[in-house]
Amino acid sequence: MSEPSFLPVLAGHANAGDAPAPTTPKKVPHQGGAVNPGAAALEARFPGAVHRVDVVWGETTVIVAREQLADIVRWLHDDPSQRYDYCSDITAVEFRDMERPIEVVWHLRSIPFRRFIRLKVLLTKGEPLVVPSVYGVYRGADWLERECYDMFGIRFEGHPDLRRLLMWEQYKEGFPLRKDFPLRGRFSRSEQLRQILAQNPEAKYSMEELSVIDAFEDLPPDMRQRLGKGEQVGE
Amino acid sequence: MGLDTRAADTGVSFNPSQQESWVTTRLDFLVNWGRANSLWPMPFGTACCAIEFMATAASKFDLARFGMERMSFSPRQADVLICAGRVPFKLAPVIRRIWQQMPQPKWSIAMGACASTGNGIFDNYAVVQGIDTIIPVDVYVPGCPPRPEALMYGIMMLQKKIMNERMADRSLRHEMEPDPTSKLYIPPALIDEMSENFGNSVHQTRSGL
Repeated sequence: MSEPSFLPVLAGHANAGDAPAPTTPKKVPHQGGAVNPGAAALEARFPGAVHRVDVVWGETTVIVAREQLADIVRWLHDDPSQRYDYCSDITAVEFRDMERPIEVVWHLRSIPFRRFIRLKVLLTKGEPLVVPSVYGVYRGADWLERECYDMFGIRFEGHPDLRRLLMWEQYKEGFPLRKDFPLRGRFSRSEQLRQILAQNPEAKYSMEELSVIDAFEDLPPDMRQRLGKGEQVGE
Repeated sequence: MGLDTRAADTGVSFNPSQQESWVTTRLDFLVNWGRANSLWPMPFGTACCAIEFMATAASKFDLARFGMERMSFSPRQADVLICAGRVPFKLAPVIRRIWQQMPQPKWSIAMGACASTGNGIFDNYAVVQGIDTIIPVDVYVPGCPPRPEALMYGIMMLQKKIMNERMADRSLRHEMEPDPTSKLYIPPALIDEMSENFGNSVHQTRSGL
């Protein structure tokens, strides 16, 4: 009998056979509660890389060292006892307190074990905001990291195409979700309108997205160089 | 049944020499009447106003009564641009391009508070504070979002406006670009100095272009 080419994934199928059926947990405490076993496994596997483990509303948050984040995510994804195969979100949090570092957050979910873990890396303000990319582990991290870069200016080292996602690529005013960004932007309304109306509408998009070769001359030089390196232009 | 020969007298006969087969009217009236009753809208729906716009076009409210049942999804065949929803800066050059692609005569309706003024709650770094900073607007429809009745009232106002246009008035259809050599030219800085802020945003200036 040949192996079927596609196996349906049942959530929690890697748990032991006598595992109880999932129910909605009740009376979850704000602090404390059952810790995700992945946290202890991480501390054993990466000694010194785990700075703190919090359990808030039943969800485990692990604050880890930036240098080892790529290895940690790779291990969480690959290890048969963890199998975190779904990266549901990558985002960042900045606080008004200038002393408090910016937190970059990864939400990982293990569908086979029905587990959730949240990784955080603390970045001190004033230093370069650089974290390793997890694009090599989760392909879906592509746009999540681009959005995080667009809104917070956090550079994901190793991302193959780190450019703005929501704002246009020629946006010059900074990173809108940072606390030092004024609500209405840095430029006056007339300057904002003047800059945006001076643009070719097709030039805001890359040729991979729109395949408009007419806009090529209007693209900024770095984009032209990147796209001019023989990448395919769709019909 | 079928191929019977037609009866000799079907009841309708037409003999120009015996009837008054012509009327007189003003050309303005005739042309405007035709234009006002066959407006083809170019829907530019970006938000919840577009849902109300769809409801207006659907059977219950039936935009076809105004000769507008033909949604023109190409600006080349459109008469009236209906901007339904807020326009972010990223879309500003797009709506400008669509407006430039529409042939004259053309009109535009700013449907809802966002398209008209930016709606206050969207007074932020990403949203255009009213599309009248980008394209000329004929009718503003207030509401958040407006009911279909409100949009139809706006359309009827636009029809009244069209009925009162004169073909001899070339300035209506004349698109002008700013000409710095003209004696009438006022530099943007001077416009801002002379005029007051408008719209919801205290950062909105008249010289937006």
